[in-house]
Amino acid sequence: VQYFLLGKLRLQKWFVPTSDRERKKVIRDMIMLVLPRQPRTCNFLRWKDLKIVYKRYASLYFCAGLEEQDNELLALEVLHRYVELLDKYFGNVCELDIIFNFEKAYFILDEFLMGGEVLETSKFAVNVSMEQADTLQEACTSLPRSLWCV
Amino acid sequence: MPAVSKGDGMRGLAVFISDIRNCKSKEAEIKRINKELANIRSKFKGDKALDGYSKKKYVCKLLFIFLLGHDIDFGHMEAVNLLSSNKYTEKQIGYLFISVLVNSNSELIRLINNAIKNDLSSRNPTFMCLALHCIANVGSREMAEAFASEIPRILVAGDTMDSVKQSAALCLLRLYKTSPDLVLMGEWTSRVVHLLNDQHMGVVTAAISLITCLSQKNPDEFKTCVSLAVSRLSRIVSSASTDLQDYTYYFVPAPWLSCKLLRLLQCYPPPEDGAVKGRLVECLETILNKAQEPPKSKKVQHSNAKNAILFEAISLIIHYDSEPNLLVRACNQLGQFLQHRETNLRYLALESMCTLASSEFSHEAVKTHIETVINALKTERDVSVRQRAADLLYAMCDRSNAKQIVAEMLSYLETADYSIREEMVLKVAILAEKYAVDYSWYVDTILNLIRIAGDYVSEEVWYRVIQIVINRDDVQGYAAKTVFEALQAPACHENMVKVGGYILGEFGNLIAGDPRSSPLVQFNLLHSKFHLCSVPTRALLLSAYIKFINLFPETKATIQEVLRCDSQIRNSDVELQQRAVEYLKLSSIASTDVLATVLEEMPPFPERESSILAKLKKKKGPGAVSVTELEDSKRESGELNGAGERGPDPSVMAASNASTPSPSADLLGIRSAAPVSNAPASAGSLLVDVFSEAGPAASSGAVNDDGFLRFVCKNNGVLFENQLLQIGIKSEYRQNLGRMYLFYGNKTSVQFASFTTTVSCPGELQSHILGIVEPLVEGGAQIQQVLNIECLTDFSDAPLLNIKFRYGGALQNLTLKLPVTINKFFQPTEMASQDFFQRWKQLSQPQQEAQKIFKANHSMDTEVIKAKLLGLGMALLDNVDPNPENYVCAGVIQTKSQQVGCLLRLEPNAQAQMYRLTLRCSKDSVSKRLCELLAQQF
Repeated sequence: VQYFLLGKLRLQKWFVPTSDRERKKVIRDMIMLVLPRQPRTCNFLRWKDLKIVYKRYASLYFCAGLEEQDNELLALEVLHRYVELLDKYFGNVCELDIIFNFEKAYFILDEFLMGGEVLETSKFAVNVSMEQADTLQEACTSLPRSLWCV
Repeated sequence: MPAVSKGDGMRGLAVFISDIRNCKSKEAEIKRINKELANIRSKFKGDKALDGYSKKKYVCKLLFIFLLGHDIDFGHMEAVNLLSSNKYTEKQIGYLFISVLVNSNSELIRLINNAIKNDLSSRNPTFMCLALHCIANVGSREMAEAFASEIPRILVAGDTMDSVKQSAALCLLRLYKTSPDLVLMGEWTSRVVHLLNDQHMGVVTAAISLITCLSQKNPDEFKTCVSLAVSRLSRIVSSASTDLQDYTYYFVPAPWLSCKLLRLLQCYPPPEDGAVKGRLVECLETILNKAQEPPKSKKVQHSNAKNAILFEAISLIIHYDSEPNLLVRACNQLGQFLQHRETNLRYLALESMCTLASSEFSHEAVKTHIETVINALKTERDVSVRQRAADLLYAMCDRSNAKQIVAEMLSYLETADYSIREEMVLKVAILAEKYAVDYSWYVDTILNLIRIAGDYVSEEVWYRVIQIVINRDDVQGYAAKTVFEALQAPACHENMVKVGGYILGEFGNLIAGDPRSSPLVQFNLLHSKFHLCSVPTRALLLSAYIKFINLFPETKATIQEVLRCDSQIRNSDVELQQRAVEYLKLSSIASTDVLATVLEEMPPFPERESSILAKLKKKKGPGAVSVTELEDSKRESGELNGAGERGPDPSVMAASNASTPSPSADLLGIRSAAPVSNAPASAGSLLVDVFSEAGPAASSGAVNDDGFLRFVCKNNGVLFENQLLQIGIKSEYRQNLGRMYLFYGNKTSVQFASFTTTVSCPGELQSHILGIVEPLVEGGAQIQQVLNIECLTDFSDAPLLNIKFRYGGALQNLTLKLPVTINKFFQPTEMASQDFFQRWKQLSQPQQEAQKIFKANHSMDTEVIKAKLLGLGMALLDNVDPNPENYVCAGVIQTKSQQVGCLLRLEPNAQAQMYRLTLRCSKDSVSKRLCELLAQQF
C-alpha cells in the first residue's frame, strides 16, 4: 500500500513542450530515481542533461528538472517557497488539501511561476492575488504528492 | 469527507473526489469514473441550459479525471464558454482546463483566442493576468502568431499595472522561446531594458528573465543592461537584510533577483567601463566576504539562499576568468565547502570546481584539494556526490598528478557503483592515454582496468590499447610480456584473452627467447582459455594461431592438429569453421614467403579520433537510467522507408560540377601526391572481385538519411536499424580511396529472400562492390559486403545504397544515404601559426570562405570537440589561434583530379552556447559543403 501511494502523482506542470509519452517516461524515471534515495543524501541528481532537484515534505516529494545554467540551491528554495505559499493559503497544508483543491494548487503555482521562471517571489503579493481571487468567487476542491518539471 | 474546501466549495466535486479515493480497486475506480462521465455527458447534451456554476463544476470534474490519467474527449466547448463568464472563478477554471487539455481544433482555437483578446483589452488586471497565463501555459505557435505583437505593447505601456507587467514579461519570454521569429525586436526593446530600474522588485524579477534570454540572442542590442544590472546588484548587495521587506527571504535580500542579475552578467564579457567594473568587483568581493560572516539564521533556507548567490557569483568569476585574485578566493571558498557538513554544498562545490579546474589561473589552486576530493570519492555515502568527485578528479588531472589520480580511480573502481563503472573505465582509459609518459604505464593501467572491471571495458577501450601498442614499437615487447603474465591467472576476463591473443599473435616473438615463454608455452597458454570463450574471441584466437605458425614454424604441427580437429573444422559456427578451414589450408599450401607476406605484422593504424573519447561523449548525462537509453535507441531506429527525403537534387549536382577548379591547389605547400590509379584490389586475393558497376539510380522514392550525419566525424557504427534489418558499417580511407565494409544483419528468425543491393554514386565518385551478396539471408545471420570508393573530384551528394529483399512474401525496398562525405578524403596538415595565417590571408576571396553561426547541439566539452575535429580528418593545430578557446585545423582533400587545401576555424562561445565556424578552401564548393556538414556536428 505504501508503495502505491508513493508513486502517486498529485500535480505536474510542464514548462517546455513535452509529448505525453515523454512525460510518462520522465515521471517513471523520476519515481525510480528519487523515491529510493536515502534520507539525508543530497537533494540534487543528474538525469540525462538535466539537473534534478527534489525535496521531501512529509509524504510528498517535490521535484523540479533544471537546465544546465539554473541554480540548484535556488531551485530548492523555489520548492520551499511553493510549499510555504500552499501553507499560507490552506493553513497547515496537508496532502488532502492538495487532493481536494487541486485547482487551487495549480493557481498558486501559476501566481508564483510562469514559463518556468519565478514570477513573484513575495509571499505577500502572491497571497494578495489569491485572496482577491477568492473574494471574486465562489468555488473549490483539493490534492497530493507533487512533481513538476521546470 | 474532509472539511478542506476553501473559498466557495463545489460540493459535488468534493463528493466525487472522495468517492474515487474510497474505491478499493482500479476496476471500481474506472467504473465510478465512467458513471460520472456518462452523467456529465448527459448534462452537457441535455435540453436544459446549465448555469455557470454547474458548468464549472462539471468541467472541474473532467479535469480531475484527466489528471488521474484518463482520456477526456469532450467538454472543451463548455470550458471555452466559461472563458467569457464574468465570474472570476468560472473564467479561471475555464482557462485551467484549456491550458491542461489543449486541443488543436481550429474552430475552438479561434474561440479561445477571441476570449483571450477580450480579456487582454478588458483593462481588468486580474482578467488580463489570467489570459497571459493561459498564453504562457499553452505557448503554442498559434498563440504566438495571435499575440506576439500585442504583448510587448502591454509590457511597456505606461498605464499597465505592475502585476500585469510581470505576467506580460514572462509570457513574452515563453513565446520567444517557442517562436523567436514571431517576436520582433523594436522600439519596445530599449524600454524593456529600463525595467531593470523599475521600483517594483517583482517587475524587475520577472523582466530580467526576459532580458537575459533576449541578450543571449542579441547581445549588442541589449548591452546597456550591463551597467544597469551592476548598479541594481550593488544596491541589493549593500542593503541591510530588512530593507527590501517582503523581498527579503530568510534574512537574505532578494536572492532570486540577485541570482538572475549575476546570471544576466554572464551573458557578457567583463564591463569595459572602469567604474562599472570596479563596482562589480566590489559586489563580488562583498558576496565572498558575506560567506565568512556568521549566519543570521539557523534555518537551512537562509544558508541556501545565501549560498545560491555565492555560487552564482563564483560562476560569474569563472566566466570572466580574468581576475586571478577573485578566482583564487572562489577556489578557497569552494575548498571550504568540500568539507562542509551539508551534502548539498559538497556536491555543488565539486561541480563548480570542475569548471574552475579548466581556468589557467585557478587550475593549480584546484589541484591543492586533491586529497580531499580523493577522500570524497572513497567515503561519500551518496553516489551522486561520488560521481561529482570522480568528474572533478578527471578535470583536475594533468601530467603532474595523472599517476596518482589514475591509481585512485582504479582502486575506486573495485567497489564503484555499477551505474557509473563504464564511465569510470572510459575516463581512466582516456587519462592513461593522454598523460602517458612511458607507454608501459599505459599498458599496465589498461590491463588493470580489464582485470578489475572487465565487464565494463567496452570494445573501444581494448581496441585502443591494441592500436597504441601496434603504433609504438618501444612498448611492444613490454606489452607482450605483461599480457603473457596476466594470462597466467587461472581466471581471467575474456577481454584480457582478446588483448592477449592479439598482442601475442603480433609480438609473441619478442618474448619467445625466454624459455618460460617459449612459443609452445605461449600457444598452450592461449589455447587453455579457448574453450571458455565466446565465438568472436575464439575467432580472434584462431587468427592469433595462424600468426603463430608464421612467427614460429616450430608450432606449425601442433597448431595444424588443433585446427584439424572436428571441434574446429566442423564447428557449427560458420565463421569459426571457415577460419579453421582456410587457415589450415593456408598453412599447408602456402610457401614460407607467401605466409610471411599474408601474415605480416599489422601496419600502424592511422591516427584518427580516439574511439574512447567518442564513446564517452556519447554517454550523455552520467547516471542515466539504462532502461531509458535502451528505449531511446529503439525509438531512433526508424521504420522501413520511414523518413521522407527526396533523392539527389540534380541542380545541386550540376552546380558543383560546374564550379571551376581553383588554380591554387598547392596552396598548403604540400607536394602533389603521385596520382593514384583505380582502386587497388588489395583484398582481392581473398574476395572475388565481382565488379558490378553502379546501376542507374535506384529511385525508391524515400531516402533514409537518419544515420548519415552521425558518420561525418566517425567511420564505424550502426547506420540503420529497424525491426527487420540492421546495417553496420566500417570504413577506412587513404588518399582519394576508401573502402567500406557493410554488414547486413537479419534480426528476424525468418529468411530474407531475393536479397540484392545496388549502389549509385554521384558522378564525382566511383564505387565498386566487391563480393556478391548471397540472395538468401538466413534468420539471425549477418552478411558482409565490401565497397571500394574512389573520389574523382569534390562532391556534395552522397552515394545511395538500395536494398531489396522479400520478407514473408512482402517486398521490402529501402534506400539509404551512405555516409561518404568529402571530409573522408582529408590528409591532415601540420603547420606553424605563421604559415597558417599567411595561407588564411591568401584565401581571402569571398567565395572561398563559408561561415556559419549556430547553436550548440551537443556538449561543449573541449575533449569532445577535439575528438570530433580529429574524426573529421584534419590536423588540429595547437598554439595557432591567439585565443586558446578556439580551434583551428588544416588539411588537404585528396581527389583524383586535384587537391583542395582547407583551413578551418571554430570559435565556441560557451556562454551563449553558440559556435562560429569558418572554412576557407581553395575551392568554393568545398568550403560550402564542409560548412553544411560540420554545422550539424557540434
